[in-house]
Amino acid sequence: MKSVIAAATLAATLALPAWADPDPADWQAVREAAQGQTVYWNAWGGSDSVNAFIAWIGAQAADRGVTLEHVKLSDTAEAVSRVLAEKTAGRDTGGGIDLIWINGENFAAMKEEGLLFGPWAEALPNRALTDPENAALSADFTVPTDGLESPWGTAQLVFYHDSARLPEPPRSMSALLDWAEDNPGRFAFPQPPDFLGSTFLKQALIELTPDRDALSLPVTQADYAAVTAPLWEFMDALTPLLWRQGRAYPQNSARLIQLMADNEIDIGFEFNPNAAANAIANGQLPDSVRSHVHEGGTLGNASFVAIPYNANAREGAMVVANILLSPEAQARMADPEIWGLGTVLDMTRLDDADRARFEAIAAGPATLSAAELGAPLPEPHPSWMERLEEDWAARYGIAE
Amino acid sequence: MLGPVAAGLAGTLLPAFGVMPALGRIEPGLMPFRDLMAWPGLPRAMALSAGTGLAATALALGLTVLICAGWQGTRAFRWLERALSPLLSVPHAAAAFGLAFLIAPSGWIARAIAPLAGWERPPDLLILQDPLGLSLIAGLVVKEVPFLLLMTLAALPALRPGQSLATARSLGYGRSTGWLLTVFPRLYPQIRLPVYAVLAFSMSVVDVALILGPSTPPTLSVQVLRWMNDPDLALRLRAAAGALLQLALTVAALGLWRLGEAVVAGLGRSRIATGRRGARDGALRGVSLLLGALSAAAVVLGLAALAVWSLAGFWGFPALLPDALTLKSWMRQGGMLIAPATETLRIALPAVAIALLLVLACLEAEQRHGLRPTQRALWLLYLPLIVPQIAFLPGLQILALVGGIDGTRAAVIAAHVIFVLPYLFLSLSDPYRAWDTRHAAVARALGASPSGVFWRVRLPMLLRPVLTAVAVGCAVSVGQFLPTLLLGGGRVPTLTTEAVALASGGARRVIGVTALAQTAAAFLPFALALLLPALIWRNRRGLRHG
Repeated sequence: MKSVIAAATLAATLALPAWADPDPADWQAVREAAQGQTVYWNAWGGSDSVNAFIAWIGAQAADRGVTLEHVKLSDTAEAVSRVLAEKTAGRDTGGGIDLIWINGENFAAMKEEGLLFGPWAEALPNRALTDPENAALSADFTVPTDGLESPWGTAQLVFYHDSARLPEPPRSMSALLDWAEDNPGRFAFPQPPDFLGSTFLKQALIELTPDRDALSLPVTQADYAAVTAPLWEFMDALTPLLWRQGRAYPQNSARLIQLMADNEIDIGFEFNPNAAANAIANGQLPDSVRSHVHEGGTLGNASFVAIPYNANAREGAMVVANILLSPEAQARMADPEIWGLGTVLDMTRLDDADRARFEAIAAGPATLSAAELGAPLPEPHPSWMERLEEDWAARYGIAE
Repeated sequence: MLGPVAAGLAGTLLPAFGVMPALGRIEPGLMPFRDLMAWPGLPRAMALSAGTGLAATALALGLTVLICAGWQGTRAFRWLERALSPLLSVPHAAAAFGLAFLIAPSGWIARAIAPLAGWERPPDLLILQDPLGLSLIAGLVVKEVPFLLLMTLAALPALRPGQSLATARSLGYGRSTGWLLTVFPRLYPQIRLPVYAVLAFSMSVVDVALILGPSTPPTLSVQVLRWMNDPDLALRLRAAAGALLQLALTVAALGLWRLGEAVVAGLGRSRIATGRRGARDGALRGVSLLLGALSAAAVVLGLAALAVWSLAGFWGFPALLPDALTLKSWMRQGGMLIAPATETLRIALPAVAIALLLVLACLEAEQRHGLRPTQRALWLLYLPLIVPQIAFLPGLQILALVGGIDGTRAAVIAAHVIFVLPYLFLSLSDPYRAWDTRHAAVARALGASPSGVFWRVRLPMLLRPVLTAVAVGCAVSVGQFLPTLLLGGGRVPTLTTEAVALASGGARRVIGVTALAQTAAAFLPFALALLLPALIWRNRRGLRHG
């Protein structure tokens, strides 16, 4: 019992928020302190277009006296591991990471372990250009961001199909199952816990569950079996109809695009409305590919950047996060030619010149309009994703 | 060697027994192991790791030996040697991607058959990621045969196989049979440790297993990596326990292999006692040559496929070639690869130089003072190759952090030395010891000092094995991913770290570009190792290899 109390006390002290120092509200002081700093931004480096965009952000930062180094990761977990290792070694200042491109699950874990610096994100000057009512910016996978991470783009789950092979794609999970019965072996999803594979599970759960509200609370507070029963019924039916009868799975989203190009599958999906357009532009997919979404909407969430608790160049990192929220950077990011991630800015808060930047963006035939995309569905609490991944692995991840 | 590995292992032991202060876990216990045992895929994952590792090692060794037995000293052998040796410089992941594109149901072989079979879409066959790990074994074999062949070639000249073979053949033994009975028993002890290194590597390899191996469940090492990368930080404890299990599994497999050696030796002795000549073993020669050529062709064709992909516009099934060729991928990536390429060289050259210096000093000291390293010392040396990287590198990273040297090039070089040194020792020690000391006696009789013998007789005569060892060392250094990432703190980008980060996006074109760049970086030293002795000794026939 004693040890439990000790552990609880320790956990409590660790979870105390770090006091924001420097004070981000004094932006002038932050900018001055950032002069000459080098910011090591740890961000996934698996995409050409993203890497090129980050390089452009680096050029903007250089104009403000900040050197930006993109540390290319193959998995965000590498950065989390590093901060953990630094904490273990007692390096509480002068850490090796200044900024992390982070998503809901990793954010929830780092926040819980007290590995993040802040609050700071609400104080950025460009934050005023976003809508404070926008729930997608104040909560990440339902976990309150509490100013510990700053948003920079929104993404949404979008399906794609080759209109030459499949003129009318199924527009719901149950329609997808019917279609798969007629076309066995022509649909695949990346194997969870790959981010996109887990997203597919969540999307199916949201579409099929009788109790959607339960998903916004931690999984422990719900009747898990009842909420997920329709999902597993659906998966039991779908798995033998998958590519390779569900005995092997593609590793990630890029592999899915490749399978589409190789004519091994007829429907793919990606967590980026512009994925199909980008793939066509890069010669990865034929130009007959089109996007579609499911009726009732698809999952969406925002990408964030966070600063580790022991970051060396906090001020520089804040300056970079602020550049990411500038209309110029946001418009560039939203351009399908460059990347095509959705903007987090509120158009009504921009001046005419800045709004014109966004209005000038042209979407190709493979990209859906905002109206066609519909409002993004909110992400479930991160504990659901964990539980679904475990459960999926136990049911289908071990070959018979 | 013991220091870094032991320190690293300590950093794994603590979390494996539930201690991770950074997560507020300070109560030691067996919880992580119970967690691990509760994972339903564990028996299968362990069987896969052990099975693929043992099978790949046995096949690679068998093929290497049969090629040597049937063809050593012939023109075909020299051709094979030239074809296979450079393949050592192809990074494992690149070779795996290339092979995957050859044998997949939508790959090149299927595309060649498609018009004949009338396929409009690829057949839904489980070739890659098959549950038995056959494609994983194939991917490992094609990569390990060149390595073992090179190690064999370095050890062979000292055994004077030509003379043994001539004797055996004059007694009526068949070519392969004679070689297997007279040369192989003396050869194997010299390549035993490289074989162990191959076994340990094959069992714990991650990148090849991710590309070619099954995923329901994957091999143990892949699963450990998944747990390490899971956002749920509590899984780190289970990952540490899994890493220790991986270590135990590797040790067990090595023990099993050791038993196998005794069995084979017994069989060989009884075969010799029968006196059967095996004169008609021509078929065996044919098969070994065919398989050797196939294995070389798989890597070469795979590389060719990657090269075509790096230039490809849209390329659908069942087209044999892309619709259009474009330099877009090279223009995009090429410029970005220059900085990591120089960084790669700046790390590989000092690391190999330091390791070479240490190995030569060690071997020379052995010679002059008549020392022989004990078996225990050798095991220590090979510890870094046998202990799975995932088991001790995280701990090593914490050590570097405490020492405050992480994130520097020096730390990365030091870490590379740990891995390059054993390989250098591996490829250099046998030729060094097997060198005919009568040369030294003659030189000393002519008035040369011990150093003079070393610099003017021994080193020049051993130029080829030294260069080969350097080439192997460079290839090893270029290929290091985890040590570079963990000790460089992401601040020391090399070709490999960039390639892995880009490959995580999985686009074949990008993989094509980065893989070719990596191959080129590792290929250069090999080309030099083959060319230089031929140039320098063009007027010394006896010093040229063969």
